[in-house]
Amino acid sequence: MIEIKNIEKSFGETKILKGVSTIFEAGKTNLIIGQSGSGKTVLLKSLLGIHTPEVGTISFDGRIYSDLNSDEKRELRTEIGMLFQGSALFDSMTVSENVGFPLKMFTNDNKKKIKERVDFVLERVALVGAHNKLPSEISGGMQKRVAIARAIVNNPKYLFCDEPNSGLDPNTATLIDNLIREITEEYNITTVINTHDMNSVMEIGKKIVFLKNGLKEWEGTKEEIFRTDNEAVVDFVYSSNLFKKVREAYLKE
Amino acid sequence: MMLLRYLSQIGKYFLMWKEIFSKQTKWSVMRGLIFKEIDDLIIDSLGIVAFISFFVGGVVSIQTALNLNNPLIPKTLIGYATRESVILEFAPTFISVIMAGKMGSFITSSIGSMRVTEQIDALEVMGVNSLNYLVFPKLIAVLLYPFVIGISMFLGVFGGYIAAVYGGFGASSDFIDGLQINFEPFHVTYAFIKTFIFGILLASIPAFHGYYMKGGALEVGKASTVAFVWTSVLIILVNYILTQLLLT
Repeated sequence: MIEIKNIEKSFGETKILKGVSTIFEAGKTNLIIGQSGSGKTVLLKSLLGIHTPEVGTISFDGRIYSDLNSDEKRELRTEIGMLFQGSALFDSMTVSENVGFPLKMFTNDNKKKIKERVDFVLERVALVGAHNKLPSEISGGMQKRVAIARAIVNNPKYLFCDEPNSGLDPNTATLIDNLIREITEEYNITTVINTHDMNSVMEIGKKIVFLKNGLKEWEGTKEEIFRTDNEAVVDFVYSSNLFKKVREAYLKE
Repeated sequence: MMLLRYLSQIGKYFLMWKEIFSKQTKWSVMRGLIFKEIDDLIIDSLGIVAFISFFVGGVVSIQTALNLNNPLIPKTLIGYATRESVILEFAPTFISVIMAGKMGSFITSSIGSMRVTEQIDALEVMGVNSLNYLVFPKLIAVLLYPFVIGISMFLGVFGGYIAAVYGGFGASSDFIDGLQINFEPFHVTYAFIKTFIFGILLASIPAFHGYYMKGGALEVGKASTVAFVWTSVLIILVNYILTQLLLT
């Protein structure tokens, strides 16, 4: 479980996060949604320790991040898996080397054991036969799957995903969504996903936090988002006719 | 305002050094990275260094010979002048400026591309000390840079010999005698001290500009140019300071 309390973050004169508090629970896909510029990327990067908030605390199962020393912070980071928007695969390494990288860095496993684990996670993300290919030789969807495999290879307790579906076709996007949900439930990971893809919200949103202008405007479950009267949420989530109709159909039921 | 920006950059550069040596990467991983950097930075530079050194040594020799119009000046001066020019300045300093372009732009662009594509963020998020992982092996690899300059010295003098003897500017014995006249072993030591320091600058300044760059692909190119300019300027400045300290 990740608990954030009253997070504030500014860049120069501009305050991006203005006191956000929420809880992201284990075994659930927690979604941060909001318009561009609402502060969701800054919030995610603050959770990852890439940005340091001026005010507030972030605690990982009771461990307050700002109270940890640099060694403890690095230790905590080995419990984190991250899926970057652009996959962020190491382009000079093959698929296998990318996936095995965290194991090579942080475990004393021998080559055989690393290979077995890499094979296992690549099979888990339905990527067999791409072991020796470079990231530049595979499609965007496959790169995302390799990035998921790399993120989970070390059995992380926390998984962060930044726009996991951006630039993917609808089929691949659904496949990635389902994969993240399955992995989250299977390994009881605390997963936090930053997205503005409404398909993801409908498909895998167990808990949804809606940000607006650096503030938490609304939070709730996928079911609650259909019934909410919050104007900002309704304007954002149901801006397309398709989702308006989905909502109307849901409410009729 | 500009002065403050420069001071802030200098401070950041020295803080980078502290971070490079903290939280070391596992030796089994680091060993592989060091060998890769030796290949990329040292071995891959040998061809261009050999080519330039051989021909510039030849040109120095020919130009010295062409200026020896007075019959009282011995032909041994060709070998002497070639030796002094190549060992004292050409090999350590000017090859280093050329390497600031070749090696430096490679370092800045490879680290800068990793920054742009979030690969450095990925390393940090995993708990890897990215500065140690990316820069430390380069610093170890450039410890072999004096070896490159040693080859440059040899080939520069050899190029001068070939040009002088086979170009008909002097006898082989004159050139070899010239090489031995007033030989100061400390000049070689001085050249290698310079080379060692230039090597550190060649790896650390481009790495700094690549690591802390912001923006996209265009900014990677700009960072490479800025890194080349600053590395060259510092090599020339440090060269002056070291010459003043060591030779006067």
